[in-house]
Amino acid sequence: MSDAMMIEPQVALETQMAFRDFDFYYGKFHALKRINLEIYKRQVTAFIGPSGCGKSTLLRTMNRMYDLYPEQRATGELLLDGENVLDRNVDVNVLRAKVGMVFQKPTPFPMSIYENIAFGVRLHERLNKGLVTERVEWALRKAALWDEVKDKLGQSGMSLSGGQQQRLCIARGIAVKPEVLLLDEPTSALDPISTMRIEELITELKEEFTIAIVTHNMQQAARISDFTAYMYLGEMIEFGVTDQVFIKPQKKQTEDYITGRFG
Amino acid sequence: MQLLTQRKLVNRFALTLSLLAMSFGLVWLVWILWTTLDLGLVGLSWELFTKMTPPPGESGGLLNAIVGSIVLVGLATLLGTPIGVLSGIYIAEYGQHTWLGKTTRFVNDILLSAPSIVIGLFIYAVYVARVGKFSAISGVLALALIVIPVVVATTENMLKLIPATLREAAFALGAPKRAVILSVTLRAARAGVITGVLLAVARISGETAPLLFTALSNQFWSLDLNEPMANLPVTIFKFAMSPFADWQRIAWAGVFLITASVLGLNIITRVLFRQKHKN
Amino acid sequence: MSSRSLIGGRRDIGDIIFFNVTRLFALLSLLLMAGIIVALAIGAWPAILKFGTRFLVTQEWNPPAEQFGALVPIYGTIVTSLVALIIAVPVSFGIALFLTELSPVWLRRPLGIAIELLAAIPSIVYGMWGLLIFAPIFAQYGQPFLTATLGHIPFLGALFAGPPLGIGILAAGIILAIMIIPFIASVMRDVFDVTPAMLKESAYGVGSTTWEVVWNVVLPYTKVGVIGGIMLGLGRALGETMAVTFVIGNTNLISGISLYAPGTSITATLANEFAEATPGLYTAALMELGLILFVITLAVLVFSKLLLLRLARQEGTKT
Repeated sequence: MSDAMMIEPQVALETQMAFRDFDFYYGKFHALKRINLEIYKRQVTAFIGPSGCGKSTLLRTMNRMYDLYPEQRATGELLLDGENVLDRNVDVNVLRAKVGMVFQKPTPFPMSIYENIAFGVRLHERLNKGLVTERVEWALRKAALWDEVKDKLGQSGMSLSGGQQQRLCIARGIAVKPEVLLLDEPTSALDPISTMRIEELITELKEEFTIAIVTHNMQQAARISDFTAYMYLGEMIEFGVTDQVFIKPQKKQTEDYITGRFG
Repeated sequence: MQLLTQRKLVNRFALTLSLLAMSFGLVWLVWILWTTLDLGLVGLSWELFTKMTPPPGESGGLLNAIVGSIVLVGLATLLGTPIGVLSGIYIAEYGQHTWLGKTTRFVNDILLSAPSIVIGLFIYAVYVARVGKFSAISGVLALALIVIPVVVATTENMLKLIPATLREAAFALGAPKRAVILSVTLRAARAGVITGVLLAVARISGETAPLLFTALSNQFWSLDLNEPMANLPVTIFKFAMSPFADWQRIAWAGVFLITASVLGLNIITRVLFRQKHKN
Repeated sequence: MSSRSLIGGRRDIGDIIFFNVTRLFALLSLLLMAGIIVALAIGAWPAILKFGTRFLVTQEWNPPAEQFGALVPIYGTIVTSLVALIIAVPVSFGIALFLTELSPVWLRRPLGIAIELLAAIPSIVYGMWGLLIFAPIFAQYGQPFLTATLGHIPFLGALFAGPPLGIGILAAGIILAIMIIPFIASVMRDVFDVTPAMLKESAYGVGSTTWEVVWNVVLPYTKVGVIGGIMLGLGRALGETMAVTFVIGNTNLISGISLYAPGTSITATLANEFAEATPGLYTAALMELGLILFVITLAVLVFSKLLLLRLARQEGTKT
């Protein structure tokens, strides 16, 4: 991949990540079954489905978060730009620099706003102080937080409001300049106004990043995503262009869920 | 109806006894604190902080013992804290499911309550007997061995309280494990770990038994770590057991100093930690 | 950096080093535990060889003649600890009951802290206070009272006979009791607190009184933890040094079964004699005392810990 910032015409979809016959287990429990899925570059892909369907689990395999827990394992293929993420020789730290993640609840680190963002940057790049500061400002601007915090960068990240904390976490994630950003129900702990701001943000961020978002809120999926995947009991039931999935679902199950007859 | 009255009487009786038990506990606390205050304040004077421990019959103070105690406790804390924190990190962050982690936690809990005099004997056997003389450094070693289990236990407990999401968020940035621990989880647990260290300081400030065969005591001013060093607890022991009234008066003043600092530390850490916990 | 390959090749060296450093220090606790036993056993070896099991059952403690029997200190350690338990267990139970069921909520925390502060007071303070304040008062009022009351009970009365000296085995036991109350009481309070509210509520629901709920529901439910707490207190009592040294009287003689008699304990003997002991058999005999003490307390503490873990596991499977 070149890092040229050329804006490509909307027509050509490029695959960023791909699941190929992918299975996932919690100990003996078969949590994800034969998943086949493409995640397209600079598009927003939403995962919906009733709780327990495996949508968060799927998201957490994309940066190999499950590595932290010895009893969890994955088989099959998960490609990122053609390289298999599940390969034993993959350096998960490099992987996670390329695939960032934002969690359900805001998780500011116990340090200043500035340090929260500089922390990740310094892990992967050797930059002098001036460049780090530039990057911090860049990330905060991207996350639409700069104007609110520019005068208090030295304050603790925990002193911010919930919505601001979540945008701080998004800023922290993009400061590393990942290719993919995983959002795990990023607005479920926020008020409606903060939620709206984050949704606007997501739409802006897809200019530069590939985004995968798990949400329990179907309107949200319909509003912000380009592609939607409906999952049920660990299986990928339906995947397609969002408008298609919501207006003309191919499967009865999907339709039932979307129209609220079930779930 | 009679049964009910009887049951109520038994209940009333038992609850009265429990109230008495509570008072019983508090009476001792108040009595001991009162004595310490009453007799300790009498001996409190300028001389106490400016003069050395005297021979019987002469006036003097506790300067060498106070300074000695500060040196011993300070060095033991400096030595024991990093070891305890690192060991606690292992148990909480690496060894949750390993044999070594589980065993270490178990053994550490036992060492937490092990008799401190045995720690003194141990240091005597492995250090003092080899070198051939009592020394401040052996006292520091003995006290450090008491600090370690306290710090291990609090570090471990505090790290375990850190929510998994915070840890995951740090890993999600591609941070290597040591950076996750040192920059994020340990930092989040900082207040609790400091509490543990302060409680350990409080504990060893009053420890006498492990010093009896290690640092011993010294009637004179000495800061040489290879010589016996004066310290408050052993000096109090010697002075209190003596028949001399002026020695006993100094001992009471020493008891006041130790009790005030130990209880003060305890209360301060509780208040501090509580406030941290609130927000 | 986005063009960097995922295949990292080598693992982060810094991470490996950090992991091994923490593991090394974790290992230190285990080595320390083993080291204490080994070092004491080596130090005690000459005495173990010379006296064998006689060491445990003979009374004579004669350094110039190099004759050593540890019966008196062992007896003192065990009896003072038993006295302490007999007093501390019911009192601690009462305190735990008060703190969990009776006390107004706003008083619970301050009272709990007050009891815990009792544990924070250094033992040398207990010792000095016990010797100079408590013992004289105990001799003047406490002991005559006990002799006049409990002293008349057949058999039991012999425990409370003899001149009221103040210091002695009974005084040491009482001071120890005060010192271990906080440990036992706080474990009891904590385990009482884990009793599921549902369980208590259903007992109250059928009309039980507070006492009946605690005695018939809470106590059986938390039995294992309560015993664990008592064992923890016992472990503390066995190993306590300074408080006992001050008040036990330091007499290497068992002069009958009266608790008024002065005596000695393992810890008091060590505290009084070790620093001045001549190298050789004398030091070895004292080391053996230390070894015996460590092994006994270890056994008690391991037992206590296992019981508390069992309660925690039982709790874990239920929630």
